[in-house]
Amino acid sequence: MVDGILNYLWLVPALPLLGVIVNSVIALFVERPLLLAEEDHGAPSHGPSTRGTSAPMGEGHGASHAAPAYRKLVAFVGPAVVGASFVVSLLAVLALAARPAHDRLFVQVLFPWIQAGTFFAPAAFQLDPLSSVMILVVTGVGFLIHVYSVGYMSHEKAFARYFIYLNLFTFAMLLLVLGSNFLLMFVGWEGVGLCSYLLIGYWYEKKSAADAGKKAFIVNRVGDFGFLVAVFLIFWTFGTVEYTEVFGKIPGLAASGVLTTGIATAITLLLFVGAVGKSAQIPLYVWLPDAMEGPTPVSALIHAATMVTAGVYMVARTNALYLLAPTSMAVVAVVGAATALFSATIGITQNDIKRVLAYSTVSQLGYMFLACGVGAFTAGIFHLMTHAFFKALLFLGSGSVIHALSGEQDMRKMGSLRKHLPITFTTMFIATLAISGIPGLSGFFSKDEILWKSFSSGHGHVGLWLVGTAAAGITAFYMFRLVFLTFFGDSRMEPEVEKHVHESPYSMTVPLMLLAVLSVAGGWIGIPHVLGGYNYFEEWLAPVFAHGAEGAAHGGAHASAALEVLLMAGSVGVALCGIGLAWYLYRVRTEVPKEIADRVPGLYDLVLNKYYVDEIYDVAIVRKIVNGSIWLWEAFDTAFLDGIVNGIAALVKGAGERTRRLQTGVVGNYAFSLLLGAVILVGFLLWS
Amino acid sequence: MTSMPQALTANLLTALIFLPLAGVFLLIFLPKENQRLLKNVTFAVTLAGFLLSLPVAVLFDGSTAAMQFVQKVPWIPQYGISYHVGVDGISLWLVLLTTFLMPVTILSTYASVEKHVKEFMIFMLLLEVGMVGVFLAVDLFLFYIFWELVLIPMYFLIGVWGSDRRIYSAIKFFLFTFAGSVLMLVAIIALYFHHYAVTGVYSTDLLAMYELAIPVKLQFWMFAAFALAFAFKVPMFPFHTWLPDAHVDAPTAGSVILAAVLLKMGTYGFLRFAIPLFPVAAVDLAPLMATLAVIGILYGAFVAMVQKDIKKLVAYSSVAHLGFVMLGLFAFNVEGIEGGILQMVNHGISTGALFLLVGIIYERRHTRLISEYGGLSKVIPLYAACFMIITLSSIGLPGLNGFVGEFLILVGAFQTMKALTVVATSGVIFAAVYLLWMFQRVMFGQVTNEKNRHLPDMNAREVAYILPLIVLVFWIGVYPQTFLRKMDASVTAFVARIEAKRHAALSDSPPGETLIARYFDVGK
Repeated sequence: MVDGILNYLWLVPALPLLGVIVNSVIALFVERPLLLAEEDHGAPSHGPSTRGTSAPMGEGHGASHAAPAYRKLVAFVGPAVVGASFVVSLLAVLALAARPAHDRLFVQVLFPWIQAGTFFAPAAFQLDPLSSVMILVVTGVGFLIHVYSVGYMSHEKAFARYFIYLNLFTFAMLLLVLGSNFLLMFVGWEGVGLCSYLLIGYWYEKKSAADAGKKAFIVNRVGDFGFLVAVFLIFWTFGTVEYTEVFGKIPGLAASGVLTTGIATAITLLLFVGAVGKSAQIPLYVWLPDAMEGPTPVSALIHAATMVTAGVYMVARTNALYLLAPTSMAVVAVVGAATALFSATIGITQNDIKRVLAYSTVSQLGYMFLACGVGAFTAGIFHLMTHAFFKALLFLGSGSVIHALSGEQDMRKMGSLRKHLPITFTTMFIATLAISGIPGLSGFFSKDEILWKSFSSGHGHVGLWLVGTAAAGITAFYMFRLVFLTFFGDSRMEPEVEKHVHESPYSMTVPLMLLAVLSVAGGWIGIPHVLGGYNYFEEWLAPVFAHGAEGAAHGGAHASAALEVLLMAGSVGVALCGIGLAWYLYRVRTEVPKEIADRVPGLYDLVLNKYYVDEIYDVAIVRKIVNGSIWLWEAFDTAFLDGIVNGIAALVKGAGERTRRLQTGVVGNYAFSLLLGAVILVGFLLWS
Repeated sequence: MTSMPQALTANLLTALIFLPLAGVFLLIFLPKENQRLLKNVTFAVTLAGFLLSLPVAVLFDGSTAAMQFVQKVPWIPQYGISYHVGVDGISLWLVLLTTFLMPVTILSTYASVEKHVKEFMIFMLLLEVGMVGVFLAVDLFLFYIFWELVLIPMYFLIGVWGSDRRIYSAIKFFLFTFAGSVLMLVAIIALYFHHYAVTGVYSTDLLAMYELAIPVKLQFWMFAAFALAFAFKVPMFPFHTWLPDAHVDAPTAGSVILAAVLLKMGTYGFLRFAIPLFPVAAVDLAPLMATLAVIGILYGAFVAMVQKDIKKLVAYSSVAHLGFVMLGLFAFNVEGIEGGILQMVNHGISTGALFLLVGIIYERRHTRLISEYGGLSKVIPLYAACFMIITLSSIGLPGLNGFVGEFLILVGAFQTMKALTVVATSGVIFAAVYLLWMFQRVMFGQVTNEKNRHLPDMNAREVAYILPLIVLVFWIGVYPQTFLRKMDASVTAFVARIEAKRHAALSDSPPGETLIARYFDVGK
């Protein structure tokens, strides 16, 4: 009876798609004519106005003009479809949970999608413990962000267009996590990339926004290249791309020698190239900080809570393959750890509030990969979930700050905001505690599990643990730096801005509060045994990570409960040091940071400029390709290839000119050549 | 096929080929001053042609590889030439693509063609006769006639209604294709005499030719001649330099038909003639063909990236896209070939639509230079949305048509040519680069050029001919089964026949025979 709800699983992605359709109709037939009419009336008056700043435009909020009815409809439909999708997801997951643990797999085939020769990929959805977690996060956090967007984007003209993209994103993300095969995952994968492109470039009139969107799409495509080749290799090896069939065949093919370590390594490394692109890891992370050009709720949904975690989901999904490829596991762990530390250091120096959070996201994603790389897939997904709560909250909180400050994002022009924005401050502070790993909050449990596994797992290494712990300390430092600069101290706001400071409307603060609750309590479903808790989360995911648990348990032998508690205390201690340092530098001796920066200008500039990675890519890759292409076109295509063609033409023409002279019109000449020809012909015949 | 009267289905293909010719005769008697009437009549004729082609698609039986709706009438019996037409799973969608795009294209000329309308429409209809004929002919002689017939109207369309360097481009187009055709003609004649030598009967019938076991050494030269002719048409790297010029100078309608249908005549030629007639040579030369195809994919993408003229950019993108098609065909498996055929259709839709869209702003601004635009998204949002969808289709975004074809090609090619396929796959990155960059420069940013500030958005007529293309973009992307299932039997039989004929031809070759030894008398 309860199980019947699973037959409606298709509604989970279908509902957001419905939102896309409804909002598209509204955008096309109501919003577009309205905007064009407005454009024609006020055309010359506005030049490059406030529009195009990465914040809601206009300051006269509230009663400035009554929202036209169509906007109310959009504001209802956009969030409602995602909310409904969340409800269906929740019911479906409950139905799945009602089944015995070994039977928690439901596949719904809708129709055959691509079929040719032996290749077959259906449009089908797969609900299992892993995709359950994902759809709840996507629709749950997604719903809150949709609601928040209603308030945040209320001053935007292209309101329907925004919600089309946001709904489309939700649809694509759900395809990604619900698809029952690699190809459908790829559809969602590219789909979320597209929406990311569209939403980063939402203020497309601003060049930096359009550039950032394009950069995100193209850098992601580099990753997608790896993903695609991996799919080819998977089909070539397994003869199918369906998860259940691929993973079911692994033991047999491994035993028969078809699936060698080499092939498993190749597949997993290629998949990881895709993950590195989508989840912004070294060396493809460069698009994510630029993606902050998009509206802040977009940063929260796509570039923190959901899309960027797709790579982690993919690695976790293919855990059975990764475990056959120790090299790949090591690569994943090392790249994850390195990214966690590297981008955390950049986070220290950034002054743009959203950029700090962006680098923080890159860093936290690194943790998730570190977890996967040491075989602790559960911990990776756990951190994915808790991070979705607290990072979405941090972004939405920063959005609330930006909203209050009429678009200001520079923390050097903030300060003392906790008095003006009490709800924003409180909720953001909770999220900051969570990400810093303060015991009791969600981030503590998930991050600590990762650190512990990176030390104790059979795939782990003390070096990985050290790097992870160091990054944890830096995380606590830069997050508290952000909080102190933004909410404490004296106001450094522009006077004009300060006049308008106001707490955000309920549509924005209620999501903040709900996320704050989740940021605290979200971790309680996975309390480690050593602290006397019970890890429900691990148990729930056990069917998916059956092998993974094994791998991690192997190393568990050389670990003891006492050691686990000790390391836990150590990482908390490091976090507290980070907080203390931030307090000292940004509350007590606020002149010191500048002094430090002045003392090591080279190093400071290096980090401030993000290690010049963008510049290096530009010189080493982008310009080389562009210049090479220009050469190909001008020198090779036009001058050489076409030169041959025109050369032949000229030759023919020249030959024509010359042979024309043979037509002298003098009969004697003709008679002579006739005779000559006859002699040659006769001679040839006699000879042969 | 039973539900339709026999007489109707028997003549359906002939009606499809010659209906436009009837239209030509009708146009001759219409006054040349009444442009509107001429356009309306042409539109009606092409629309009727499309409607007439629908029963072919609906009644087509996807479970058999045999030619369907066959009509065979002796034409020049003393030479063994007959009027023999038919359709199978390989040609079906190319015929439909042609009949579908004709009314679409005619609709696009309402505002853009103003001089010599009568002649323009006559050439368009003659073009359709040739194109449909090429895809339906099952006789070598008949095929050749239609093949050459296509050349002439297109030559005039570019030369008379084109822009800037139209004469140069028209002649270049003509000579390139004609050079290939002459080689093909020689090979056809050689094949004709070979058939006589073996069977004692003169025939130009393609199905009879399929039955021949052509000696391996002869296959090499004949394949080379056919392949060269078709490679010019496709066009494959390095024979592509006529294409950008022809596209840039052709009128919009000419560009659309040129890209969407004429180029497919080349790829179709490989499938219908060069590969099945000479399978040993085709398979042996596959590494060369596939390498050229992959070079084309990357080369086209790189060169497209740095173009300043939108049409030229799209032209070079065609070189890349058709590289994918060729790669799929030379995978010699069902995945690759079905993907290749689907991609021919996809390219017709996406690139056809891109040219139509470029035509729309060209009509308003009379320039195709990317630098003349910018910020159009705000001024003409509907146009920008359509352009975006088509751009994404061309990039190969999953869920849209281009992806299905490209994916099947690559997954098929990967089974036989791993390294080349990996290189080809990197083409997906660069497709995104050149198209999105162009899109950004045209659509995003501020409106910098005052002339663009008050451009009118798409009108009803323009929507009417872009919308069907967009519907197809989604249809093929989401439910390609409609199209793939009708190809199955033909493509499966095609792959099996190549395999069998190759096996038979090489059954007594020494093991480990080198290709040089196989085709040349070196060392004997």
